[in-house]
Amino acid sequence: MSDQSYVRTEMLGEKPPPSSQVGVVKWVMENLFSSIPNAIMTIVSVWVVYYILSGILPWAFQSSWNATSLHGCRAYIAETYGEGVEGACWSVINERWKQLLFGFYPKELYWRPVVTLALMFVAISPVLFTSVPRKVMLFSVIYPFLAFWLLWGGSIWLPIVAFLGLVIAYLAIVYLPALVGSLGATIGAGVLPILFWIVIAGPIIDGLNGIAPIGIEGVDSDQMGGFMISIIIGVSGIALSLPIGILLALGRQSPLFIVKTICVGFIEFIRGVPLITLLFVASVLLNYFLPPGTNFDLILRVIIMVTFFAAAYMAEVIRGGLAALPKGQYEAADALGLDYWKATRLIIMPQALKISIPNIVSNFIGLFKDTTLVSIIGLLDPMGLARAIPADQNWNGIVWEIYVFIALLFWIFTFSMSRYSMYLERKLATGH
Amino acid sequence: MSMADQAAEKKAFRLSMLIYDTRYRSITIQVIALIALALVGAWLVSNTLSNLEALDKELGFGFLSEPSSYDINQRLIEYDSRSSHGRAALVGILNTLLVAFMGCVLATIIGVTAGVARLSKNWIIARLMTVYVEMFRNVPILLWIVLVMAVVIETLPVPRSFKGENATSSMILGDSVAITNRGIYFPKPIYLEGSMIVFAAFILSLVGIWVFGRWAKKRQARTGDILPTGWIKLAIFVVPTLLVFFIMGRPITLEYPVFKGFNFQGGYQMRNSLIALWLALSFYTGAFIAEAVRAGIQAISKGQSEAAAALGLRPKRIMNLVILPQALRVIIPPLISQYLNLTKNSSLAIVVGYMDITATLGGITLNQTGREMESLLLLMAMYLSISITVSIAMNWYNESIKMRER
Repeated sequence: MSDQSYVRTEMLGEKPPPSSQVGVVKWVMENLFSSIPNAIMTIVSVWVVYYILSGILPWAFQSSWNATSLHGCRAYIAETYGEGVEGACWSVINERWKQLLFGFYPKELYWRPVVTLALMFVAISPVLFTSVPRKVMLFSVIYPFLAFWLLWGGSIWLPIVAFLGLVIAYLAIVYLPALVGSLGATIGAGVLPILFWIVIAGPIIDGLNGIAPIGIEGVDSDQMGGFMISIIIGVSGIALSLPIGILLALGRQSPLFIVKTICVGFIEFIRGVPLITLLFVASVLLNYFLPPGTNFDLILRVIIMVTFFAAAYMAEVIRGGLAALPKGQYEAADALGLDYWKATRLIIMPQALKISIPNIVSNFIGLFKDTTLVSIIGLLDPMGLARAIPADQNWNGIVWEIYVFIALLFWIFTFSMSRYSMYLERKLATGH
Repeated sequence: MSMADQAAEKKAFRLSMLIYDTRYRSITIQVIALIALALVGAWLVSNTLSNLEALDKELGFGFLSEPSSYDINQRLIEYDSRSSHGRAALVGILNTLLVAFMGCVLATIIGVTAGVARLSKNWIIARLMTVYVEMFRNVPILLWIVLVMAVVIETLPVPRSFKGENATSSMILGDSVAITNRGIYFPKPIYLEGSMIVFAAFILSLVGIWVFGRWAKKRQARTGDILPTGWIKLAIFVVPTLLVFFIMGRPITLEYPVFKGFNFQGGYQMRNSLIALWLALSFYTGAFIAEAVRAGIQAISKGQSEAAAALGLRPKRIMNLVILPQALRVIIPPLISQYLNLTKNSSLAIVVGYMDITATLGGITLNQTGREMESLLLLMAMYLSISITVSIAMNWYNESIKMRER
């Protein structure tokens, strides 16, 4: 055996792959220069990126943060970075960011919107995270009234008495079926609170205010503005539109011809007209439709119309969820002998809503962006302020900085929400 | 069920069956719903009437024929301040349709390009398109419109800079088009005698293209030969019309914009407000369309393109014959809703001063005449009819490309 010396006794070490097949070189060859058209596109896009950044970055960073007027900004930039340099005047953001966030809300009361926002996350947590105890739901029900009280201030009795209306509706649903049947109870749950709010609530509030005037400093609607108002309108629009949207979606699927026609008519009408026309209705027309003498606050009127608007889109989203449910679910519910409302409440809706959550979130993103339209009818949301601030003598001539700031804030909000909805979509895609 | 049973049932009808019997309950519920709707409607109408009476206003559309006494700077049809409010509304609706049409075309081009490019193997192109989509989708359209308007006004040259010996800006395309911050000025065609024949030739060549396309398709199905249809169609499109144009002695001439006094005179002007609105709407909607296109292409399983490749098709043909026809079915429905969104978003023209229907009928006319009710109802009806028309047309198209299943 010893003379067979040509047999290798040990393995050769691995040779490194050719340099064009590893690391950065390979990546660049594959992803940027795989063919001649690709190479041309790469070079063109690098040039585009360079062109855009070379315009924006110096402007953004050769800037002034602490001047008190546009003139001061320009003087500071000329002094620091040389004559003729065009720099951003971020001083206006530095001076006005609170206004862009809160409008003309009293400065010493800023904590109230902040607390409201923080509590909002608590209130929506049972929807977002399944691990949160269900009892938090109770807080979610109380939250709208609490939020109203914190934001607008005033007597504590108004939100409490208004909340009693909901309690009445709940009691009606629980106890009335024994007396007048389930249909009667449903109607009662709809009618009794409205009667309570219209007829009894006013005197009760006045009485309680007379006995125990507890309350916090009131804030007028016209003092509100900035991102606060966008969030108020967006969140209340979505929250209020959810129940209406569910009813509309069910109505649209219903075999009852008249109910279906009403729902389809409403949905298609709202979806066929631009939001701005509905906001015009809110600002000039809504008072015509209400009894003579009623005068709602503009924000409230806007919320009403935005709710209608969002409800139509919400109905379509939920209809998508309902359509995505396998037919077996409906049939199984029927086979169990559940009536329509029980089947809807216990079997259909929980599943349909779960499927729809990502779309509801994107609906909310759309609505949140659309709240900027209220600046056209004169509310001071960020876009309204962006037009109001340059009217100030000191900041006359400011164009970009405020828009960039608003765009950035909106972008952060909506982008994170859209990522969240994508995460949700992945999480909910349980598959079978 | 026998006749006797039915008779017994009819006899046994009790009032409570209206609620407890599922056969009658649906009718009960519908009647209740109808009554509730009628009550709410009557309440709203009576409120409105008493409110109008209190304000001493009468409903009526007579105001539409009164002179409008305001000017509209961007218009497609003849209009001046002595024209009626109705005419102003007509100008407005044409302007809405103009920007919506231009926007849909450009948004489709941008969106399809960006959507395809986002799936490109080229890393930097794909990333760039992702940045574009996320940037435009997540910022309100109103902000984009205002921002693009600011870009147009601040970065484009003022008309004055085109003037005199030491002009800092110059017109492009052989001194025919001037891009200024007040708008783009471009030549206006003037139709002389004989231009109708040129038009006729043009339309005939369009018909020719269509006939040729059908013939080429049939021929390909019969023989398998593939003609270079693109080039031939281009030739049919251009050559006859040009020939007739020169034979007729050039009956269509152009009126060029010329700088006079403080601004350009002559030609057409596309105002800065229209440009800003158009670009903003197109880029914003383009981002959404890009997402729809990407989703549509990704929805086609990889097996399809692999099978096509196995059949020996080239990449371009795989795209045209296998992927796109299938992807289109997924893309068209969201595309329709994006077109509708764009049309509805064009109502924001009011913030840059473009006189669309919202700015004329829902803006100046409403304020001048004080006819809120009529103006807004009419405005909504206009948008509603546009929306419904577009969705009917697009649904019809969608139906026509739907998969024919066995």
